[in-house]
Amino acid sequence: MSIIFLLIGISLLVALTFLAAFFWAVRSGQYEDGYTPAVRMLFENETEQEAPPKPPGT
Amino acid sequence: MQVEQQPPAVTPRSPLVPNAVARAVDTFFYDNKIVRDFGIATVIWGIIGMLVGVIIAFELARPELNVTRYTTFGRIRPLHTNAVIFAFVGNGIFTGVYYSLQRLCKARMFSDTLSKIHFWGWQLIIVSAVITLPLGFTTSKEYAELEWPIDIAITLVWVVFGWNMFGTIARRRERHLYVGIWFYIATFLTVAVLHIVNSMAVPVSFMKSYSMYAGVQDALVQWWYGHNAVAFFLTTPYLGMMYYFLPKAAERPIYSYRLSIVHFWSLIFIYIWAGPHHLLYTALPDWAQSLGVAFSIMLIAPSWGGMINGLLTLRGAWDRVRTEPVLKFFVVAITAYGMATFEGPMLALKNVNALAHFTDWIVAHVHVGALGWNGFLTFGMLYWLWPRLYRTPLFSTKLANTHFWLGTFGILFYAIPLYWAGFTQGLMWKQFNAEGMLQYPNFLETVLQLVPMYYLRGIGGVLYLSGVFVMMYNLYKTGRAGTLLANEKAEAPAMLPEAQDPHVPSGHWHRWLERRPFQLAVGATVAIAIGGAVEMIPMFLVKSNVPTIAAVKPYRPLELQGRDLYIKEGCSNCHTQMVRPFRSETERYGEYSKAGEFVYDRPFLWGSKRTGPDLHRVGQKYPNSWHYNHMMDPTSMSPGSIMPAYTWLFDNQIDYSTLPAKIRVLQQLGTPYPGGFAQQAVADAQDQARGIAAQLKTEDIDVKSDKEIVALIAYLQRLGTDIKVKP
Repeated sequence: MSIIFLLIGISLLVALTFLAAFFWAVRSGQYEDGYTPAVRMLFENETEQEAPPKPPGT
Repeated sequence: MQVEQQPPAVTPRSPLVPNAVARAVDTFFYDNKIVRDFGIATVIWGIIGMLVGVIIAFELARPELNVTRYTTFGRIRPLHTNAVIFAFVGNGIFTGVYYSLQRLCKARMFSDTLSKIHFWGWQLIIVSAVITLPLGFTTSKEYAELEWPIDIAITLVWVVFGWNMFGTIARRRERHLYVGIWFYIATFLTVAVLHIVNSMAVPVSFMKSYSMYAGVQDALVQWWYGHNAVAFFLTTPYLGMMYYFLPKAAERPIYSYRLSIVHFWSLIFIYIWAGPHHLLYTALPDWAQSLGVAFSIMLIAPSWGGMINGLLTLRGAWDRVRTEPVLKFFVVAITAYGMATFEGPMLALKNVNALAHFTDWIVAHVHVGALGWNGFLTFGMLYWLWPRLYRTPLFSTKLANTHFWLGTFGILFYAIPLYWAGFTQGLMWKQFNAEGMLQYPNFLETVLQLVPMYYLRGIGGVLYLSGVFVMMYNLYKTGRAGTLLANEKAEAPAMLPEAQDPHVPSGHWHRWLERRPFQLAVGATVAIAIGGAVEMIPMFLVKSNVPTIAAVKPYRPLELQGRDLYIKEGCSNCHTQMVRPFRSETERYGEYSKAGEFVYDRPFLWGSKRTGPDLHRVGQKYPNSWHYNHMMDPTSMSPGSIMPAYTWLFDNQIDYSTLPAKIRVLQQLGTPYPGGFAQQAVADAQDQARGIAAQLKTEDIDVKSDKEIVALIAYLQRLGTDIKVKP
């Protein structure tokens, strides 16, 4: 049944990788803003293909 | 948790956050062609995979439909599962990822060449599955049936996918990684690890290998993989897609972005531990079973968090669900996700599992997930994408609605009869009469009870499939009406280096350095662990082969040949080899199965569904002639049997060419054959075969000793008999 320990090891490794990713995400400010990303993603592909689009922020 | 109030009404104003630092605006183009290509592949493979599903469904109701050796249930059931999981859902994932990742990162895919290699590589892998599985090249490990050369190809193409994805993420123009991207990343990483660990095998020849793990160990690895394949191939990428396409289609932000983040992290941390619930009441240690059960129950929380987050996104937009087919599909998909993720933890309870395991209940359960969640989310996404890719309205909303109802009724007609069948059979197996004897001692009786349900289920499948044909026509006409916008223009300011970005908190230059040691440490650990695993696995193997039951001996060469035929014909798709420790099972089959009996089983053949009876104690139960006649025509021995006849086994000669190589590989893996046995293996096999032929002769059956049927009989007669041998 030694395989259990191998599997637990690998599972822990995957979990630790996720944990590292989680720490990275929190520390690099990914979750500072818990609201606007949800709204921002709604505005992606509205670029007019015919008329040249207005530069943003003008 | 703080949940946001009513979202602001979405108005078309500039989405870009004004920035204190003036930034150049980049113009770039999204690659829509690759999205379209993956979309077409999704539809085509969906139709093929579901068509095979319909065929095998009717094969169970009418065994005469198993017309050729290449299309028996045993051989093409893996084709169905592989086609719908890896071809239909797989291409669906790539369609969704390639579309949404570009938009969320505000960048074109990293490399068009990698995109093309990914696309064609994946299609080639599927084609190779379509060819090899009906030919009988299979490892028999569920959802991992493809043989080793294809496994290597899968790994390579998966790496290409990851390279392309991470390259795109690295070049993004949006610092924040939207929650959907996190789901994609988790998918990539975990599927890579699962696939590699579970596919470890030593090749015998070009299309045959033996698993590096044996018996119980193999079963554990397989179901650790199997469950997480459901988690990280059928669930996480689709959740990422839900978080992108649902808000887009509903034109409002996700109900709670914070909840989506909590959903993501809790789901991925819990999912990976739930695998052992597939092995309840088997030889797996109790504590590992309990661990699997506990984590399975916990999974309700994140799963339902995600479902609720999806459904509540539609608050205030439910009127549009009435008219918009895309939203209809999404609502049913998310509801099916909620039902399947409630049912899953319930099935993981040992008392429920005792009844449900090995029955059609499980088949119904996975199809609620597959048809409802994966299927309907894919359909909704394609209906949403096609008009945007082709810059024209959908050809027919009416047809899309028709598809919706065909699909919905298809799911109901599929799932309800199978739930019925599952309860019925589970209860019949366990029913004792007043005298304490099995009420239904003849297994066949419990099968014939289900045949009407199998017809209904097949009809459900036909309904569902006909809906997909309607969709194909609708998408085709939509594409014809418009023109593909292959390269979609987009603009976004370039992303500032982290140190200059005012949005990054405390963006001091040295933070870059601060974080690196940690990441470096993690990276190094991963690298070391891989190296360590490579060293450890062979060690485990040798150790695991020390027999725990002295009477259990390695298979004789002829039995090994028979076992490989059992694998080739896919017998394990309908027959289990795992007698669970219940009185209802020991009464029916004999002594319950013990871990030590499987130490030479590469791969393990426990199976997951009892369409036919368990075979672990079939050895010496019937005379050789019974097996001979039964394989020639099952109904001659069991009137009404739904098992197909295996007539070609009586014509085909046993292929001994790879036998010495098989013995050598097994020796290498630790099976204690005597030294130099590989050279004597063929002679030993022929000797045993002659004995069986001679024995059959005494029962007036004339068979040449070099036919495959002889090897199969040798294996079946050996099954589960070792523990009866007096030392």
